[in-house]
Amino acid sequence: MEGGKEKDAYTKACGIIEMDSSDLKKLGAWRNTNVRVTSKHGSVVVKAVEATQGPHPGLAYIPMGPWANSVTDPNTYSTGMPTFKGVPIEVEIAMNEKVLSSVELVQKKCRGEI
Amino acid sequence: MTKTVTDVVCPFCGTLCDDLEVEVSDDGKTIVDVYNACAIGAEKFMHAQSKDRVKRPRMQQPDGSYKEVTYDEAVEYTAQMFAKARKPLMYGWSSTSCEAQSVGHEIAEKAGAIVDNTATVCHGTTLIAVQDVGIPSCTLGEIKNRADRIIFWGCNPTHAHPRHQSRYSIFPRGFFVNKGHKNRKVIVVDPRVTDTAKMADIHFQIEQGRDYELLSALRVAVRNEPLPDTVAGIPKEKIYEAAELLKSGRFGIIFFGMGVTQTLSKNHNIDEAIMLTKDMNEFTKFSIMAMRGHYNVTGSGQVLGWQFGYPYCVDLSRGFARYNPGETTSNDLLRRGEVDAVFVLGSDPGAHFPISSVKKISQLPSVCVDPHITPTSEISKLHVPVAFVGVEVGGNCYRMDNVPIDARKVVDPPEGVLTDTEFLTRVNKRLGELMGVA
Repeated sequence: MEGGKEKDAYTKACGIIEMDSSDLKKLGAWRNTNVRVTSKHGSVVVKAVEATQGPHPGLAYIPMGPWANSVTDPNTYSTGMPTFKGVPIEVEIAMNEKVLSSVELVQKKCRGEI
Repeated sequence: MTKTVTDVVCPFCGTLCDDLEVEVSDDGKTIVDVYNACAIGAEKFMHAQSKDRVKRPRMQQPDGSYKEVTYDEAVEYTAQMFAKARKPLMYGWSSTSCEAQSVGHEIAEKAGAIVDNTATVCHGTTLIAVQDVGIPSCTLGEIKNRADRIIFWGCNPTHAHPRHQSRYSIFPRGFFVNKGHKNRKVIVVDPRVTDTAKMADIHFQIEQGRDYELLSALRVAVRNEPLPDTVAGIPKEKIYEAAELLKSGRFGIIFFGMGVTQTLSKNHNIDEAIMLTKDMNEFTKFSIMAMRGHYNVTGSGQVLGWQFGYPYCVDLSRGFARYNPGETTSNDLLRRGEVDAVFVLGSDPGAHFPISSVKKISQLPSVCVDPHITPTSEISKLHVPVAFVGVEVGGNCYRMDNVPIDARKVVDPPEGVLTDTEFLTRVNKRLGELMGVA
C-alpha cells in the first residue's frame, strides 16, 4: 500500500477475495483460482484465497481497493458514505481470466473497455 | 558513519507514533533504516527513496500516455482549471500537513470550490453522529494509563493501526493499570475472526450489518432488562455477561472503525455506540474514540472546523460555507455530475471511491497532487509529484484523539521537487492574478 500501488504487491494484497473454505468447496474452486465476482453494481476478476481471518461461512471479503470498488454499492442514502459493506455478490470460476493491476483496472473501466 | 534522527513522527495512520528513529546517510540525503516503526510505516519511509519515483509533473496526452512538464506549466494548468470551473471539487487533504490544508482552503474560497476530505468515505458518518448526540472522548494517554475495559468494534488495528495496541490500548503498563494486558479485558465485535479478535477475551462474531441491534441489546443488558434469545447471532447470555464485564471496569473505551461507519445503518450505528457510552457512564467511566485512518484526516477536520465551522464536505460555491452531507459530499456530487473540475491532494479516490465516481473524475479536468503513482494519478489530466510530508518536509498533524503533533523532516526531497505547501501557494498566487483578487 505504501510501497506503490502500481506494483504487483498491491495486486497480490488487494486483488483477492477471501472466502471460507466451505464456500470454496461449494463453488468447486481450488485455492488461488481466479474468480469473477459480480454484484448489482459491477463485476471484477480477483483471486480466490482461503480466509486468513476466518471461519466465516457465507461471508466473503475483498480488501479496500479498486477491485472491491468495482462491485460495491455506491448509494449513500444521503449520508455521503457509499454502502461499501454488506453487498450481495455472486462468485463464479474464471480460471482463464486475468487479475488486472490497479492502474490497468481503473484505466480500462474509465475508458469503458471492460 | 550514519546519523540517527530521533523522535520522528510516523506519517502513516492516525496513531501518529512519535518515537521512530531513522538512520540517514552521512550526507543527510538517503534513509538507511527505520527503527520502532510498524511494517507499513517503515515502508512509507523507504518508498520515498525508491529509484523509480516520479520527480516532475506529468500531463496526460490524447492517447492516454503521460508527458513530463515543468512545475510552472503545472501551476498554470491548475490555476486556469480553477479560474474556469464554476463548481470545482477539492478532495483529499488527509495525507498532508495542516499548513498545506490552510493554503488549499484559500484557493477554495477564491475558486468557489467544495472542500471534502477522506472522512467522506471513512468516518464521515461518525462526524454526523457526533453532531447528533455529542461524544464523550479522551486522549490515548488516558487510555494507556487508565483503561481496563477495551472494546474494538468493527475495526482491526492489528492490521490497520499496527502499533495502537502495544502503545496505547492492550499491552502497555499504565499508571493505574500497572500489569499491562493482565489488567485489561478486551472485547472484539467483528463478523470475521480477525487477528485482533484472536487476542480478545470475548469475541462476538456478529452477523454482518447487525451492529445497531447488538449495540441496542447491550444498552438493554446493562439495565438488566429482558432480551430475546439471540441478537445479531449472539446468545443473550453472552450479551449479559459482556455487560457485567463492562460495568465491573474502572475505565472503559470503545474504539470503532469502518465496520460500523460503512455498513448500511451508517451514522445510526455510531449514534447508538455513543449512547451506549453515555449509558455506561451511569455505572463507571467510559469513553469512545474513532479509529481514524490517515495520519492527518483528523487535522483536516480541525482546520476546516476552525476556518469554516464544518468538519468535511464544505461547499464554498455560494461565497459562504454550507455543509450538507448527502448533497455536498464527493460521491454524491460526482454521481450527480454536479462538479466540473476535480483537484485531489493527499488521497487516492481512484482506488477508494466506487468505480462509478472514478469514471466521472476521469471525464473532467483533473489534477492529482501525490508523491506516489496511484490509480488516481493515472486517470487524472495532470499528476504533480510532491515531497512526502513527515519524511521530506515537516508540518502539523492531528492524532486520532485530536492531539496536534508536529511531524519532522528527516531528509531533503529530491532536487527540484516542491512541497504541497509550495505548490499550493504558487497556484493560489496565480489564481489571484487570473481572477484579479489579492
